[in-house]
Amino acid sequence: MNIHEYQAKEILAKFGVATPKGGIAYSPENAKDRATELGGDMWVVKAQIHSGARGKAGGIIVCKSHKEVSDAANTLLGKTLVTNQTGPEGLTVQRIYIEEASDIKKEYYLGLVFDRSTESIMVVASSEGGMSIEEIAKDKPESIIRVKIEAAVGMQSFQAREIAFALGLEAKAISRCAAAILGCYKAFTNSDATMVEINPLVLTGDDHILAVDCKMSFDDNALYRIPHIAELRDKTQEDSKETYAHDRGLNYIALDGDIGNIINGAGLAMASMDMIQLAGGKPANFLDVGGGATPEKFVKAFKLISGDPKVKVILINIFAGINRCDWVAQGIVDALGQITIEQPLVIRLAGTNVDEGMKILKDSKINYIEASTLEEAANKAVEALKDLENK
Amino acid sequence: MAILINKKSKIIIQGFTGKIGSFHAEEMIAYGTNVVGGVTPGKGGQTHLERPVFNTVKEAVKATGADCSILFVPPAFAADSAMEAADAGIKTLVAITDGIPAHDMIKVKRYMRRYKNEERMTMVGPNCAGVISPGQCMLGIMPGHIYKEGNIGVIGRSGTLGYEAAEQMKNLGIGISTSVGIGGDPINGSSFKDHLAKFEQDDDTKVILMIGEIGGPQEAEAAEYAKKHVSKPVIAYIAGLTAPEGKRMGHAGAIVSSKGESAADKVEILEAAGITIAKNPSVIGDTVAAVLKTL
Repeated sequence: MNIHEYQAKEILAKFGVATPKGGIAYSPENAKDRATELGGDMWVVKAQIHSGARGKAGGIIVCKSHKEVSDAANTLLGKTLVTNQTGPEGLTVQRIYIEEASDIKKEYYLGLVFDRSTESIMVVASSEGGMSIEEIAKDKPESIIRVKIEAAVGMQSFQAREIAFALGLEAKAISRCAAAILGCYKAFTNSDATMVEINPLVLTGDDHILAVDCKMSFDDNALYRIPHIAELRDKTQEDSKETYAHDRGLNYIALDGDIGNIINGAGLAMASMDMIQLAGGKPANFLDVGGGATPEKFVKAFKLISGDPKVKVILINIFAGINRCDWVAQGIVDALGQITIEQPLVIRLAGTNVDEGMKILKDSKINYIEASTLEEAANKAVEALKDLENK
Repeated sequence: MAILINKKSKIIIQGFTGKIGSFHAEEMIAYGTNVVGGVTPGKGGQTHLERPVFNTVKEAVKATGADCSILFVPPAFAADSAMEAADAGIKTLVAITDGIPAHDMIKVKRYMRRYKNEERMTMVGPNCAGVISPGQCMLGIMPGHIYKEGNIGVIGRSGTLGYEAAEQMKNLGIGISTSVGIGGDPINGSSFKDHLAKFEQDDDTKVILMIGEIGGPQEAEAAEYAKKHVSKPVIAYIAGLTAPEGKRMGHAGAIVSSKGESAADKVEILEAAGITIAKNPSVIGDTVAAVLKTL
């Protein structure tokens, strides 16, 4: 799960990481009030969407008067921003953050991530802040510092100091920078984060260290024990169909093809998508209905897939293990008694009691195309699509 | 002999008396697995499915001589149960549980390092279908009847895609020595590489099949290991050629977040290491058959 920049900064502040003063706003008037409260003569108005690289997309505006603040708010609120992290459809700005402008002497990069190959938390830093870590890795790979944290004892002060020195900071700022790094580490481990990225981490004119931008992501599996973070979920920043599916216990991802599919198991679902592509088609989605393929789950899955205007053909591929094919077949038949679908339906069942399952489908009144292998299912789905196009 | 589990394995079930634990215990017993008891804290002394229930894994191991365990404990308590098994001297642990926080798994992995290599438990999973040595022992939730006895060692991240491969092989008359489901989470108890090493030592295994997917560095690490240390033929299939970057495809670990983690990159890395690639999921069985012919 992702949260907004201002929420991440509130979390960091609790762990002693300094951030610029700021306030959240939902309207231009609101924004002006925040600027008045903050005082000063320069502010930064920042679009709050679940994405980095907002500056390049016009989502960050520097203002020198209250009028400019309210104009910037007017421009940003309701606007759809497309960044290299949002996908082509972009994300809509519904709140903005008004922040005092920082006196920036130099920008650094600081990130904390799970490193899957060492199975530990890794701190990554660079003196080349402001650019994305991908750009830094490409243009200035020698500037990247990596420090692995030992899970049994956690991050040690010397490790934070080593990073601060390696960044080339002056003596005055070393202990402030080390404290900020340790604070980020504590925020990471205390809130089941999977990523904390501060870019830029800033050295100010008076040698203080400030987290000027921040992104945080959290482990979905741990949300049950971090309710204060789970409640920050902003569904307006998620794909509405993915959210609908997620709330109903389905694993769904929208893609841009026209063959919708309903499959049990994530690996088999990916394999089936690959098979559709190989047969000359394009998958419209990834959908894993999970183990208990009950009639209720099929009704939900059918609603989700058949209601998608992109979907021209639906492919069901279920490899039944403990949930036997006869139960699955009955589930499909029952679901189609409750919901009507317009698209041609290709069904492939395999595994336990496959013959009984196929018989239930045949004896029922449902209209479908039978397939016995993964390859045949993909081919028949693509054929059905071609038949539709030729009509 | 197969790897991890065989006819002689004595199995206990953690989370024995719960609904899911009971259901799969019956399935495993029906397959012929030697289930000697189970653990549910607070229910020690009772009898369940005609087998004794213990309060702790240590008690269960002491009373039954169990060397393997399977975990059906809810996610919030699963890491604790895994460490309990490691400490009680369990040699092979299968964690079925889906949804264990990644921070907990890091702790489990770190905890296991306190034991010397030869005493260290092998943890399989979490978020997996388990391990089966066909005809000998089933420590998992898979449909046992689709696995034929034979000499192919299988390692895979996905449950149902593993079933698909097992059935394709069975239909071609090809059997399996042991099939290991390492699970779909970002941090696994054991990896492709760990089981490649075990299959290399196993006399019953002639060919090794890896079923991977997008996300994480494990397949690439396995490729490097296989090139240097595995003399047996290795075959691989990687799912997710059509998966978009940055999206989590069902499995917590199935996300492309850096270079080398996409299906196409992994196929390239595996091929460069001399591993035979099954081009698509419907030819996994055929690819194994073709490699067997060359032996």
